[in-house]
Amino acid sequence: MTARNHRRRGLSLAGMAALALFASACGGSSADNDTAGGDPSKAPVAGCEEYTQYGDLSGKTVTVYTGIVTPEDAQLKATWAPFEKCTGATIKGEFDKTFEAQILVRAKAGNLPDIAIVPQPGLLQTLVKTGKAVAADQATTDMVDKNFSASWKGYGSVDGKFYAPPQNASMKSLVWYSPKEFTEKGYKVPTTLDELMTLTETIAKTGKKPWCAGIASGEATGWPVTDWMEDFMLRTAGPEAYDKWVNHEIPFNGPESTAALEEAGKYLKNSKFVNGGYGDVKSIASTTFQDGGLPILKGNCSFHRQASFYAANWPKGTTVAPDGDIFAFYLPGKAATDKPVLGGGEFMLGFRDAPEVHAFQAYVASATWANLAEQGGGGRCATPNKNADPAKAAGCSDIDKLAISVLQDPNAVFRFDGSDAMPSAVGANSFWKQATNWITGQSTKDTVDKIEASWPK
Amino acid sequence: MDTTHKFITMFEAIGLFVAVVGVILFLASRFSGRKGDRIVALAFLLPTVLLISVGLVYPGLKTIYQSFYNAAGDAFIGFDNYSTIFGDSDQRTVLRNTVLWVVITPFIATAVGLLYAILVDKARVEALAKALIFLPMAISFVGAGIIWKFVYAFRPDQPGIEQIGLLNQILMWFGMAPKQFLIDTPLNTIFLIVVMIWIQAGFAMTVLSAAIKAIPEDIVEAARLDGVRAWGMFRYVTVPSIRPALIVVLTTIGIGTLKVFDIVRTMTGGNFDTSVVANEFYSQSFRSGNQGLGAALATLLFILVVPIVAYNVRQLRSSDER
Repeated sequence: MTARNHRRRGLSLAGMAALALFASACGGSSADNDTAGGDPSKAPVAGCEEYTQYGDLSGKTVTVYTGIVTPEDAQLKATWAPFEKCTGATIKGEFDKTFEAQILVRAKAGNLPDIAIVPQPGLLQTLVKTGKAVAADQATTDMVDKNFSASWKGYGSVDGKFYAPPQNASMKSLVWYSPKEFTEKGYKVPTTLDELMTLTETIAKTGKKPWCAGIASGEATGWPVTDWMEDFMLRTAGPEAYDKWVNHEIPFNGPESTAALEEAGKYLKNSKFVNGGYGDVKSIASTTFQDGGLPILKGNCSFHRQASFYAANWPKGTTVAPDGDIFAFYLPGKAATDKPVLGGGEFMLGFRDAPEVHAFQAYVASATWANLAEQGGGGRCATPNKNADPAKAAGCSDIDKLAISVLQDPNAVFRFDGSDAMPSAVGANSFWKQATNWITGQSTKDTVDKIEASWPK
Repeated sequence: MDTTHKFITMFEAIGLFVAVVGVILFLASRFSGRKGDRIVALAFLLPTVLLISVGLVYPGLKTIYQSFYNAAGDAFIGFDNYSTIFGDSDQRTVLRNTVLWVVITPFIATAVGLLYAILVDKARVEALAKALIFLPMAISFVGAGIIWKFVYAFRPDQPGIEQIGLLNQILMWFGMAPKQFLIDTPLNTIFLIVVMIWIQAGFAMTVLSAAIKAIPEDIVEAARLDGVRAWGMFRYVTVPSIRPALIVVLTTIGIGTLKVFDIVRTMTGGNFDTSVVANEFYSQSFRSGNQGLGAALATLLFILVVPIVAYNVRQLRSSDER
């Protein structure tokens, strides 16, 4: 009898210890809570005239959760400081690079911040559909109507209801080139798609391959082609058709999208135009996207289409400026007045219905905030706020200045990267894969047909 | 979590592990006699059984269950995922590649390893020669993939451009045009298989060399007195004597090859018609968001591995009996 008892106790002990081992091995991660400085007790201060509209928020705290991390967290906090100083509110930032996965977990657990800075319209929709998000109030809506184009307001809305004002933005519709080559040869930056094609042909006639590209990116190989196709979809079929295409209201193998891919193919699949410095059309598939544009520096090609992040990709010692070794121009629209822009951006989604939360949302949507962001320089420079003062952007990089001038253009029609918004079976799998096959020889028709077939029913 | 915190957690885990083992040992030591032996055996087995059922059996069953459900895992769709695997043209390419891998890799790797083991046996530089071919075993699959990606790297044959890939530079020296080794199908799959052979030949060589050395000297002597030449020695003495080792090597490499993932993912990402079942299972489950199809591919992989493992175990048993 005693032996049996002993045994049972021994076993359960061992079992418990084994479980404990598991638990401790998994470990918990802790997010860094960081309070921005600010003194809530100060009454009216000089320079606070622009902040009186937000009222007295002394003693109130707004928590903000974001995926923006060092070094940009400091730049972001700097734009909050005047608001804290003038209204007396405290903005508590939580900067966590696992934001995109964590925010969904926290929404499920009911542990939400007052405001989340959401970097993707798809995620914004998912979060709003949890039913925990709070719609923007009238003051914020008015501020957004005044300062942003309708496309931006649309991306911050779900089912016609406006939730989240935009914060910063980035731009993808860029073509990198060598300003030196342009001055030497007397080329002019093209302002329409036709001019771009004419210039491409002119350069090709000199025996140089005008374009270089690279789409290799490990398992994500092919994604740069999706950006090409989106840019051309936006230009040849227009923003309305683009939205329908992204939402699958028109088929992927419909005439509009087939034409857009054909149009991109006029550059990417023409062996006279590509792939400068790397070989034939197929070599695009084996060249990494990081290497894609580098032959411009050696004079092996003239153009490379890639988003603004590519500025950081040039080797040390390269000057990225309108009169430097490398710069970029806006990939033009059909007509010079068309300004379709493909890019990304962030939205301030609120989860608590309180005056200080609404006030802070309205503040970030204001020209005051946009000017502070531009003044701060660094990665927070570019905002799509039409009423921001471009003169304040003196400290920003030249590429950010270019992005600001395009994003804040009154004619600009902004669209998000469509493949991000498509179901992942398409946007993170078949679109990449078939685009890669398209480069290595598959016909345009087979490509769009196969992507259409992979769309989840 | 910073580094010190991670180390503290690690030491805590190690400490806990030692404590658990200590408790089990202590409890086990308090029993003796025939009945006590059984208790001791149970005390050691139960944690293992518990961990295996939580970490292996339950997820395994759950995966099989999921393979009959749709992409989101919320509707039963019967064998649809399996008919996709055998019906869809992309998925059939995946199956074809896996067959190529499993048929080619074990045999070539074993053949290379065996030949090498015999050639360097009793040679003067045996230790060095063996070390050379065994070295790739020490490199991870991902590392090997990256190394070979450079070997295969392509640059065009035009003025001002220099080759960075070894193979294409060799082609150029012989006056041939550089090739896109990783893009042109179906040869690109063969070029990936070469990487696996490069890694596994060392393993085959080591095991087989040890087996060859264990062949009793008197058998070799007797064969030689009977006038057996080199080929006959290989055919009638060496191979039959090391048969169990050969089978272990073949099946081990076979199982490893069925599960191959790292090489494909590192070198082509499954593009250009080079995907294999394990890689496709990963991209369907975690990138494409198709849980059902991913689970079906994992189940298929499991079904394919089982007979090889079973054969391996049976062979081991029969050689133990002998």
